[in-house]
Amino acid sequence: MARVVVLDYGSGNLRSAERALRRVGADVEVTGDFTAAVECDALVVPGVGAYAACMEGLRAVRGDRIIGRRLAGGRPVLGICVGMQVLFDRGIEHGVETDGCAEWPGTVDRLRAEVVPHMGWNTVRAPEKSVLFAGLDPDARFYFVHSYAARTWELNPEPPMIPPLVTWADHGGPFVAAAENGPLAATQFHPEKSGDAGAQLLENWLSASV
Amino acid sequence: MPVAVRVIPCLDVDAGRVVKGVNFTDLVDAGDPVALAAAYDAEGADELTFLDVTASSGDRETTYDVVRRTAEQVFIPLTVGGGVREVADIDRLLRAGADKVSINTAAIARPDFLREASHRYGAQCIVLSVDARRVPGGAEPTASGFEVTTHGGRRGTGIDAVEWAERGQELGVGEILLNSMDADGTKAGFDLPLIEMVRARVDVPLIASGGAGALEHFAPAVERGADAVLAASVFHFGQLRIGEVKDTLRGAGVVVR
Repeated sequence: MARVVVLDYGSGNLRSAERALRRVGADVEVTGDFTAAVECDALVVPGVGAYAACMEGLRAVRGDRIIGRRLAGGRPVLGICVGMQVLFDRGIEHGVETDGCAEWPGTVDRLRAEVVPHMGWNTVRAPEKSVLFAGLDPDARFYFVHSYAARTWELNPEPPMIPPLVTWADHGGPFVAAAENGPLAATQFHPEKSGDAGAQLLENWLSASV
Repeated sequence: MPVAVRVIPCLDVDAGRVVKGVNFTDLVDAGDPVALAAAYDAEGADELTFLDVTASSGDRETTYDVVRRTAEQVFIPLTVGGGVREVADIDRLLRAGADKVSINTAAIARPDFLREASHRYGAQCIVLSVDARRVPGGAEPTASGFEVTTHGGRRGTGIDAVEWAERGQELGVGEILLNSMDADGTKAGFDLPLIEMVRARVDVPLIASGGAGALEHFAPAVERGADAVLAASVFHFGQLRIGEVKDTLRGAGVVVR
């Protein structure tokens, strides 16, 4: 059974992620412990609320180091919602710029849509080779709740480097809904709240991770 | 394709049990909110709302237990409201497994509560619940003609309901749950002018509530600007099914899940 840690750094509802991962067969521990988070089979970095507050919480448990060390060892990490946003260079909320973990180049800023937050079930456009979305109906909907997003994707390496797989969604314009980049994956939506489609995605991630 | 319009059943929960009549087929215990939540999830509900009507704060622990048990079984968003008075209440509900918390009376008494809650937990999980009615004859009129009420619509506050929704947005809430106390229980349809007036003033998501009684009532609420539609008794009594509501919305050209 895959040993999964949901990183606890004081951010919101962790129970849902824990339950959803258990539902797809993972052995889940919710903890902020450095060693446990570095050494588990697969790490989930959740996150809700303000970017700056999340980064502060993440740094307090040395979350940026945990992520960096795992990636150096090729060990899977999945960021969810603000847990995805903090993987980029920076976030801008209310005019305040906050440094992120900088695993990916780019900026997270406010969605430009008539109604914000983007709240509810939306479709995504996943690339053909996506592992996360394998076997999922192209019309499947996932639950989003966010006011900020990466509206551009800037990491496009030349061959022989493998370009990341980027999944897009639209709310007043395109934004990155998910990204798969070697051991590092992330979703802007909440798979743990996205019913059966979300469970399938988590299962896909787990099977590819261990 | 845009984000889908959400169809949300609301359950009134008193000391851990569903109140208001529930007539749901195939349920062993129709008073168990967890079983009902799972049934609604299976029927295609996009989100669930629990309204905690527990009078005694001593019984509140049962609500947290219901939220915990629901979050174990149901993998769609869960909003909990009723009796949320301080930051500690929000914290307990989120830790129990709620995704969003709706605030009503406490915000009327102290609007800054909304700012504090939103600042601490993020706009995405703070919902302002507005119980609105037309200002009755003889009372001081408001600019919109609607006022905020308390005590389940029995007591007027004289606060303009449309301005209050806008204020809530300024204070950082991420969503407005708009309950028409005039339409509530009538099954005569949503209060469309109210929805339209609030939509014109806020750009956070808007949930329309109160008055749903027939399948054809839902699309007009969406046309007036609702991002989600909420109903209680018509679903509990099995009078309308979630799937039928979605089919009817789809037929009217509304995007649903």
